[in-house]
Amino acid sequence: RDIVKSGFNIFYVESSAMIKYRHSSPLTASHEAFSCSNCVFWPCRNEDLKEMLESNKESHKLEAMKRIVGLIAKGKNASELFPAVVKNVASKNIELKKLVYVYLVRYAEEQQDLALLSISTFQRALKDPNQFIRASALRVLSSIRVPIIVPIMMLAIKEASTDLSPYVRKTSAHAIQKLYSLDPDQKEQLIEVIEKLLKDKSTLVAGSVVMAFEEVCPDRIDLIHKNYRKLCNLLVDVEEWGQVVIISMLTRYARTQFINPWKEDGLDENNETAFYDSDSERNQTEAKPYIMDPDHRLLLRNTKPLLQSRNTAVVMSVAQLYWHLAPKHEVSVVTKSLVRLLRSHREVQFIVLQNIATMSIQRKGMFEPFMKSFYVRSTDPTNIKTLKLEILTNLANEANISTILREFQTYVKSQDKEFAAATIQAIGRCATNISEVADTCLNGLVQLLSNRDETVVAESVVVIKKLLQTQPSQHSEIIKHMAKLFDNITVPMARASILWLIGEYCEKVPKIAPDVLRKMAKTFTTEEDIVKLQTVNLAAKLYLTNSKQTKLLTQYILNLGKYDQNYDIRDRTRFIRQLIVPSEKSSALNKYARRILLASKPAPVLESAFKDRDRYQLGTLSHSLNIKATGYQELCDWPTIAPDASVRNVEIIEPVKTDVCFCTESDDESAEESSKESDKSSSASEKTSSESEANSIDLFALLCSQVTTSSFSPVKTYDLLHHMSAKGLAAKYHFPRQPCLYQPCMVAVQVILTNCSDHNLEEIHIGDRIPASLNIHCFNTIERLEPGAAVTVSMGIDFSDSTQAANFQLCTKSDKFNVSIQPVVGELLTPSTMTEEDFCMEQRKLLGMNETSATITMATANTSRLAINKEILSVANVGVVSSTQNDIFAGKAVSSGALVLVSLSLQQSPTALLTINTEKSVMASMLLRDLKQALVQA
Amino acid sequence: MIHSLFLINASGDIFLEKHWKSVVSRSVCDYFFEAQERASEPENVPPVIPTPHHYLISVLRHRIYFVAVIQSEVPPLFVIEFLHRVVDTFQDYFGVCTEAAIKDNVVVVYELLEEMLDNGFPLATESNILKELIKPPTILRTMVNTITGSTNVGEQLPTGQLSVVPWRRTGVKYTNNEAYFDVVEEIDAIIDKSGSTITAEIQGVIDACVKLTGMPDLTLSFMNPRLLDDVSFHPCVRFKRWEAERILSFIPPDGNFRLLSYHVSSQNLVAIPVYVKHNITFREGSSQGRFDLTLGPKQTMGKAVESVLVSSQLPRGVLNVNLNPSQGTYTFDPVTKLLSWDVGKINPQKLPSLKGSMSLQAGASKPDENPTFNIQFKIQQMAISGLKVNRLDMYGEKYKPFKGIKYMTKAGKFQVRT
Repeated sequence: RDIVKSGFNIFYVESSAMIKYRHSSPLTASHEAFSCSNCVFWPCRNEDLKEMLESNKESHKLEAMKRIVGLIAKGKNASELFPAVVKNVASKNIELKKLVYVYLVRYAEEQQDLALLSISTFQRALKDPNQFIRASALRVLSSIRVPIIVPIMMLAIKEASTDLSPYVRKTSAHAIQKLYSLDPDQKEQLIEVIEKLLKDKSTLVAGSVVMAFEEVCPDRIDLIHKNYRKLCNLLVDVEEWGQVVIISMLTRYARTQFINPWKEDGLDENNETAFYDSDSERNQTEAKPYIMDPDHRLLLRNTKPLLQSRNTAVVMSVAQLYWHLAPKHEVSVVTKSLVRLLRSHREVQFIVLQNIATMSIQRKGMFEPFMKSFYVRSTDPTNIKTLKLEILTNLANEANISTILREFQTYVKSQDKEFAAATIQAIGRCATNISEVADTCLNGLVQLLSNRDETVVAESVVVIKKLLQTQPSQHSEIIKHMAKLFDNITVPMARASILWLIGEYCEKVPKIAPDVLRKMAKTFTTEEDIVKLQTVNLAAKLYLTNSKQTKLLTQYILNLGKYDQNYDIRDRTRFIRQLIVPSEKSSALNKYARRILLASKPAPVLESAFKDRDRYQLGTLSHSLNIKATGYQELCDWPTIAPDASVRNVEIIEPVKTDVCFCTESDDESAEESSKESDKSSSASEKTSSESEANSIDLFALLCSQVTTSSFSPVKTYDLLHHMSAKGLAAKYHFPRQPCLYQPCMVAVQVILTNCSDHNLEEIHIGDRIPASLNIHCFNTIERLEPGAAVTVSMGIDFSDSTQAANFQLCTKSDKFNVSIQPVVGELLTPSTMTEEDFCMEQRKLLGMNETSATITMATANTSRLAINKEILSVANVGVVSSTQNDIFAGKAVSSGALVLVSLSLQQSPTALLTINTEKSVMASMLLRDLKQALVQA
Repeated sequence: MIHSLFLINASGDIFLEKHWKSVVSRSVCDYFFEAQERASEPENVPPVIPTPHHYLISVLRHRIYFVAVIQSEVPPLFVIEFLHRVVDTFQDYFGVCTEAAIKDNVVVVYELLEEMLDNGFPLATESNILKELIKPPTILRTMVNTITGSTNVGEQLPTGQLSVVPWRRTGVKYTNNEAYFDVVEEIDAIIDKSGSTITAEIQGVIDACVKLTGMPDLTLSFMNPRLLDDVSFHPCVRFKRWEAERILSFIPPDGNFRLLSYHVSSQNLVAIPVYVKHNITFREGSSQGRFDLTLGPKQTMGKAVESVLVSSQLPRGVLNVNLNPSQGTYTFDPVTKLLSWDVGKINPQKLPSLKGSMSLQAGASKPDENPTFNIQFKIQQMAISGLKVNRLDMYGEKYKPFKGIKYMTKAGKFQVRT
């Protein structure tokens, strides 16, 4: 066995060496050989792992799993351990379990049948009371790429999307994408789930569900309308990765829904003239000033603080949002932040500089004040240097060109020759763009011709060639100079450029040109192809202008070219010969040879490589690569007429009754967010004139949706602390009848604190509780309360379904006051929704001991149905069950969740039978007493 | 989003791979190796490389390439920022982020990567949350685990995940409550041949180490907040308060974190704390060159300039140098032509200098560029912009914390062209 093993070892080493060697070619063949060798090699070692996995000791199993994960990490094949590993999926040891999950997700696709064995474990875990276990079960279940379980996954996702825990809901949003990539046929059903999750108000879910939206149905923009304002308002509090995704989605959204804000600025800088010309007519006819949609403004305002994020991706995405959506004069707010990113890692710099390069072509003014930030340092890597150079060139104008050229002079001398060459190109561009400095640049470049470094000289020649072409005046001196240099230059591109120049302007240098041709004839066979082509061109041009001196030379070169190895050159030679040498069969073209070859050529335009990058959305992969990447979403043009803005209005009352758990839970969080006064977000609570309406509608809708469950409440306020006895601090409380946001078993209590004294009260908070075990969720300490000011805070108290008072201390910086909150029994309930049938069914279960009833004679004013409802609801926080005959109400005890069913059947007005069915008999009797009192009294 | 991750060391071995969706063959890295071969320096490998079916986005840290495989459009900075976050997390967990450390802790690395991404989308990147999920390995804990069989993996959802302050865990307890803040400023400058400043700017950060019990709410105010031109915050800072009052108000994460980074407005003139006198000449036709470099302090407000280090890439024609430092030591690598002079502290009475000759390749013409000098230095107890913290207050908890503020100035990218 050892021999076999070592033999395989050698094979293994060889094949991996081979892999390294042949990096440049596709390696599928050798890669297969590599994994193949693993298959044969591993069994001898995997035996012991298998044994360890099957042992009884947890520590052995864990050790084995750790080693297997090590194998996976190295990319080695451990798939045949699958049966042994999968047995441990239900292990109690959480670390072991997690490692099994890692393994399962990696290999389930290969071992589909065996993977099915583990499914039931996950299904069970999906019902676990621990939200973390539910979430991780869903994560793994949805990561197993086995098509058979698609229906199970679908079911799990649907269930998890209505889970109470936002963390589980977030996981379900991730699972949507996984299921979609496994089975795209589920799209319709998944969109339904996405639609539901988009309504979720938790910041935790927002980023993930938008991600799912982008992946599954990016074209269903209609799903966003109703959630647009909510997303804008939540944005600051969403985790940073979600922010990036939401911002880029909203950018696309805004481009389809709002009208172009760029019209109002008039002519901005450049490139836009044509565009405005065509628009100006329409503008005149309409003669309507542009008014930005408040929703458009909301987006811009709420994203601006994110420019201060530490996450570079967030900053970049806000920058691109402003670039694509903001009025032109506002875009420059992003400049500083982008320049700040240049302090970050090399890779970040690279991407940011690329984007700045594109921006700086269109809007020089944006980055000009920061020009010095783009000065090159000798320690920058080359690709960063060239990008900075690109930007500096884009920023050059009449005013700053001298500074930039001085800077360029330093760069030309750089030891990094690639960079020096790029600088020469940049100088060339400056010279063509700014005519004032053209001569200076040209002189500078000519001086560089005597540089010792060949690449520098070659690049200068190429650039000079282009420059001379743009100004074909009296530059014969420069051409002569270059002809002299010709012998010393070996870079093909440069030689070819000089030959072309001499040929093009051969009439300006009549003595030198034939001599150069003579030299070329000598070395023709050893030249590079581009040089040969230019030699043929030069010969042809000289033949036409100066055939006396060059006829023989031309013939000779054409003969050499005729038998060249390269077919391009043979082809060109044949063409040129036919064109210039008159013969019997010569074509009609012959007459025009001179006009063809010596036509004046249009000068090349030297422009930025980033010129056309703006067709891609900034900050995208496509922009960075200048190729359309897979999955790239085109940013559409502004609509000419704004689509209906009212689609974003949120309905005042949402139908929330269908699913109480889900809705209340999510409402809580947003309530929490909106009530948080000291919120770090500038936006959520900041309400300036025009948008305040929109926001308040949102908020109102929110409140309504909470109240609908109990559909009533003239709130009774109770005194907690009188200001006379508490040195100016007055406290009142009431039961807002909202589900408590902190824990479901708590009753929500709102306390209004007022400062009735003439000095500041500081550090108001809750102190000791009696009994100490009393479960209270305290409000955050109030640092300061000014004289006369009042503040409302919410707290949660777990009364454990008893009317015993909760005693605690209310403290200020200097004093402590004992207070107590005595709940009314009706406030210990929470409404429960059910149908009449359910009610009857539940009621039948709660007979006998669980039933309390009394016959009452009601006050005459109370006999109408409406009045009864009102009275009962004012006493107890229960929900009305729609019924045909009796007045029935259902509620649950907050702490235990026990049902409390109240029914009132009119016998003979004004007598009625009041029945309460519940397990909590003490509660029942107290409630009966209270209700009776309310109904009997007028 | 992120499909797979490959870690590649300096010699081109893939030593770790992780897939979040279906497996991508490691042969995809060949395109990366190709690009690597084409690049002259390791830093020159383009961060984004297209291949026929995938896109590779890579970062280079600690001589390890972190190569992420992407299949469709995603903002490249998103991936780059995430990869850097991964490196930071490894560094946080293992102290260093080297190939050896990663290989030693491969299981923890795998568990971390599993938690950080779900289906390629970041799930938990906040260090405090991760540490509750997976405890960092320490020698003691490893020993305890082997004996008791307990694990490093948390069983509960980290408290931070659901709260409005996800960066802080609940139930933090310390016997010594302390909060330290380091104000560190860096000067980026380019000084030209004649000693005049071409560009100079100050960038600063405030790094904090906060070990406080409970849920403290801190405010930090400055004497001269107007100096701060552009700022970026840790997510804990309340932006609105800053906008309105120029006060940093925050509930801090537990432990070390970067509270703020800032840029000092460019209107203020930057004081350059050192000057350099240089005379470096190559003569045509001679195989000798002269080298003379002297450093001196200026505008340091009486504080000492310490840990001075001068380095420079000499022209390729230089074969060797024969120099004489008045203090400190110098090294010269004849292969890379890298000269570095460890000066130490500058004594204003006796200025440090480095003088001598350079021997050049015989027959070669004189180099056309004089070298650029990169200078590093440190000045303790001073923020060069003059930024001063006014006060630090704590609310929400009763105890009296120990507070400390330290200032320091450093050279950032400080270059002198000669």
